[in-house]
Amino acid sequence: MPEHSRAELLLELADDELILGWRDSEWTGIAPFLEEDVAFSSIAQNEIGHARALYELAARDLGTDADALAFDRAPEEYRCSPLVQLRLVPDWARTIARHVLYETADAIRIAHLKESDDVELAGLAGKIEREEVYHRLHAEMWLERLGAEERVRGAVDELWPYALGVLDPPLRPRLAERIGRPEVEAVERTAPGAEFAELWDEMTMVRRSAPVGAQW
Amino acid sequence: MVMKSVVTAEAVWEALADIPDPEIPVISLVDLGVVKDVSVDGDRVRIAFTPTFMGCPALEVMKRELERAVEAIGGRPEVDVVMDDSWSTDRITPAGREKLREAGFAPPTPRAAGPTTLVQLQSKAFRCPYCSSTETRLENIFGPTPCRSVRYCDACRQPFEQFKTI
Repeated sequence: MPEHSRAELLLELADDELILGWRDSEWTGIAPFLEEDVAFSSIAQNEIGHARALYELAARDLGTDADALAFDRAPEEYRCSPLVQLRLVPDWARTIARHVLYETADAIRIAHLKESDDVELAGLAGKIEREEVYHRLHAEMWLERLGAEERVRGAVDELWPYALGVLDPPLRPRLAERIGRPEVEAVERTAPGAEFAELWDEMTMVRRSAPVGAQW
Repeated sequence: MVMKSVVTAEAVWEALADIPDPEIPVISLVDLGVVKDVSVDGDRVRIAFTPTFMGCPALEVMKRELERAVEAIGGRPEVDVVMDDSWSTDRITPAGREKLREAGFAPPTPRAAGPTTLVQLQSKAFRCPYCSSTETRLENIFGPTPCRSVRYCDACRQPFEQFKTI
């Protein structure tokens, strides 16, 4: 298997966090109750904060800046996993299933990066992990509440191949072990589809319509 | 007051000590522990700044305030943002913790050896900043900003904001 460059690895991670942050923020104002408006909005803010730091590191390697990576690429250039691209509002069961699956996969990925010989990458992973702990606790709390419900179980079945696609193949057995399911054929990262194009359009609109030379 | 021509590290720390946190002004940036290091070379002042929560919108303001404080004592600031694992809530000073508590924010508990668990958050290990009772329960892991949770005190029947331990 070809080795990822550091920038490629960072872009996959950053795109996952940015797009999941965007999707989580779609619950702001319409979650089942106020506490969850607050929780999903806060998680979204954290994920986008992680994306920014990851883009900044990638930008240094690539000789550009974080905003250009986040907003100036064409939709087909994004590398986010199909799991985070799905628009799940207003389906709470699928949202909770994705939350549990993504946070579990992300924990495995971050733990792996913390062991990296690259001190910048390992340090950043450590900093991200401090916040992710709370995302996992939130997911765990919801799994305790709803994990036995048929709709949530069905959503986990549906999204399981997507969850595997978040991780590089060598890390997938760990996810299968933690979730307690056999590995199946994963939904791999490919050029994003129509659902993503719509998100991209909305996400980059302000940047694209800004006058030349505008400072952010 | 006579301005000194050479900036000293002590003078810089003193200048920084007065900068309030933009979001919770009762505590200073130095008390918050985000100033990791100060080094001075003539009038050039380098500050190693470790952000708290990565998505915190106050970070840019903090950075600007650090620069302004250095400029105010005649230094040329360079603020290096350190995105590593070195900041944790354990870096908040004892004085800073006390200021938070006085303002009605429960300060973060010390970091344990392992990661925080749901059982811990749901336990009665958290003290109400108003009445000091530990008869408190978790209302929401998340709160008005990423750094806080919301708890409720059963003794004085008051909701309060608990700093997350990270």
